Amino acid sequence: MTTMAHKAQAETPAAEAELSGVQTITFAKALTLAMSDAMAADAAVLVFGEDVGTLGGVFRVTDGLTRRFGEDRCFDTPLAESGIVGMATGMAINGMKPIVEMQFDAFAYPAFEQITSHVAKMGNRTRGRVRLPLVIRIPYAGGIGGVEHHCDSSEAYYVHTPGLTVLTPSTVTDAYIMLRDAIASPDPVVFMEPKKLYFSKDTVDLDALRARYAAGSTAPSTIGRAAIAREGTDATLIAYGPSMAAALAAAETAAAEGRSLQVIDVRSLVPYDDETISAAVRSTGRAVVIAEAPGFASMAAEIAARIQERCFHSLAAPVLRVTGFDIPYPAPRLEKHYLPGVDRILDAVDELQWEES
Amino acid sequence: MTNHPEFIDHTGNAGRDSGYLLPSGAPVQLISPDGSPAPEGGYKENYSLPDHQMLLDGYERLVVGRRVNDQANALVRQGRMAVYPSSTGQEACQVAADMCLRPSDWLFPTYRDTVAILGRGVDPMEAFESLRGDWHAGFDPHQYNTGLPTTPLATQLLHAVGVAHAAKLRGEDTVVLALCGDGASSEGDFHEALNFAAVFHVPVVFLIQNNQYAISVPLIHQSVAPSLAHKAVGYGMPGERVDGNDLAALLAVLGSAVERARDGGGPALVEAHTYRMESHTNADDATRYRSAAEVAQWVPKDPLLRLQKYLADAGHLATADTERIAASAESMAKVLRDGLNAETVLDPADLFRFVYTEPTPQLRAQSSQLAAELAAGQSLEGALP
Ligand SMILES: Cc1ncc(C[n+]2csc(CCOP(=O)(O)OP(=O)(O)O)c2C)c(N)n1
Ligand SMILES: [Mg+2]
Repeated sequence: MTTMAHKAQAETPAAEAELSGVQTITFAKALTLAMSDAMAADAAVLVFGEDVGTLGGVFRVTDGLTRRFGEDRCFDTPLAESGIVGMATGMAINGMKPIVEMQFDAFAYPAFEQITSHVAKMGNRTRGRVRLPLVIRIPYAGGIGGVEHHCDSSEAYYVHTPGLTVLTPSTVTDAYIMLRDAIASPDPVVFMEPKKLYFSKDTVDLDALRARYAAGSTAPSTIGRAAIAREGTDATLIAYGPSMAAALAAAETAAAEGRSLQVIDVRSLVPYDDETISAAVRSTGRAVVIAEAPGFASMAAEIAARIQERCFHSLAAPVLRVTGFDIPYPAPRLEKHYLPGVDRILDAVDELQWEES
Repeated sequence: MTNHPEFIDHTGNAGRDSGYLLPSGAPVQLISPDGSPAPEGGYKENYSLPDHQMLLDGYERLVVGRRVNDQANALVRQGRMAVYPSSTGQEACQVAADMCLRPSDWLFPTYRDTVAILGRGVDPMEAFESLRGDWHAGFDPHQYNTGLPTTPLATQLLHAVGVAHAAKLRGEDTVVLALCGDGASSEGDFHEALNFAAVFHVPVVFLIQNNQYAISVPLIHQSVAPSLAHKAVGYGMPGERVDGNDLAALLAVLGSAVERARDGGGPALVEAHTYRMESHTNADDATRYRSAAEVAQWVPKDPLLRLQKYLADAGHLATADTERIAASAESMAKVLRDGLNAETVLDPADLFRFVYTEPTPQLRAQSSQLAAELAAGQSLEGALP
């Protein structure tokens, strides 16, 4: 008896009727829909990993995919992350488009060798002859009271590795379209899902989202494009993924105090959207970069450096960073001291050398 | 298996029969689930029943272990802990692991092995510090010769090999017992650990608690080997399988492997067949992937029930014993309740104290920043000097 020996029950279209039209859904559900729509559109798209089949993933992001598409299309693997990513690499070499789930940020580390030595390098090694259209989904970051190894912000390892596209959505809409864009990408994508956002909700028009991926659609990909999450004129907050909520809340508080803060969602960490972000910072002349990961040698460090290089003559103050401390992610009862919050962001904004008015 | 005397393998052995590495034909059982002595099983070794005093001691540990699981499951439901991975149903494996070791030996546990950790004498509140969410580890491994409960699967097995290797080089007679789950046996580190242990011929006993599941994934999706114990053969160490709900059989099989390792016989792999009676943790819902009927089948195989019946039938469980054992379980439960219901005071400056032997200049600055932030509100017991 092998894994594939049990076929899922025959598809029951009525029970599995997908949502359509205007719906209020969770971030997790948007991801599920992105995968199921992509699987319905392309038989080469597969989902596998630990507990993604019967259980539907520990965060239920793959819920229903095995029921709908069968065990050849969404299945549990033996418990081995290097195996999962290594096998996905081979499958991508042979015509498949695997989407693999790493159960938690820190449990992707056994796959590090496959990701850095093979996934990231295959296109370059082969002078472009072999592209790997695979997606590695990684729930990441904290704020959920998780115990050790369940809350790492591990994006710096991936953004530092040339060859990997690294995306991280922060809205329900972006969860859907960015995952579809990731699946459509010819290059390997590390898709980082802020786990504290899984159960956040928004109302979206699914038909409009799906129309972006209909034949003949000219909707632009989100890959390489930052989003302006809030307009503002006095200073620019630059954040992504798990830190977006704090950045937006800080802008809201600042507005009440008479200061207009613009908020950028970087969302595509690699490729990085210099154009949008530099233009935004030039328009306000002040910038604070916010990220939950430890700040040392981090994505936030890269963003700050790039702004300084490109916007120096427009800046009225040094670019500041509000990040996690340079420590292992704390145990649940201490995490509140670690997470960059509204107060730290507003303190940084206050330090941006405002002339007395 | 046939011998081929003309063939000399790379270890220099001429046509050695590798059959002795294979596990017994069925899991070793010395006491039947109904509490009667099991029929002669024809196992690869002559395992004999431990004496009554040892079994009575083991029974007490089982009852205390079960009480620990019940109490911790209740406390996590009441929000007194961040998480609890219950080992209800698996206590015999953990108790046997403890009982086969001397205090000077080492145990390397996983997140599910709180009962084994307590059995090593670890202070209960230290043992629960990480589960309550106060810190990542609560005890000093050297104080108890017990590794920290490890979550990244199978990684601790290599640490066990290293401790054993160092012990060998230092001329100590230490044996190291390393625990892992059935799912963890799929990880690369599991295989690297077995190979290293065998190549360096170090005194490690690997005990797989095969509780049939890795979260939702049943063993059949994990491995199609004849048994997990068979994996030993490929690395050149003996494998054995044992009824993981039969404390007597566990003591005999593990005891034999531990003593063999201590005598310089090298590593061994033991697979214990047991069952995870509860969900993976309090955050999991096992009804999504297994039936109540399946769980019910394991109820009569309970490790406590069978040992209680066996001891009672043999006339070695007096009312006084039962009462004493119940009292000791209750007193452990009270320690857990009192300890976990009490509020602990955490010092946020600890976040920066231990990352390096000497905090870096950057960490000092960050510690001061946090102290300043907290100064207005709650007090911080001083930033780093
Ligand atoms: C490297 C790694 N990958 C994934 C996980 C997430 N995880 C925690 S426990 C578990 C299942 C482990 O099953 P098993 O080894 O059988 O032990 P059990 O929990 O049944 O005791 C998984 C997948 C992890 N802790 N480490
Ligand atoms: Mg298991």
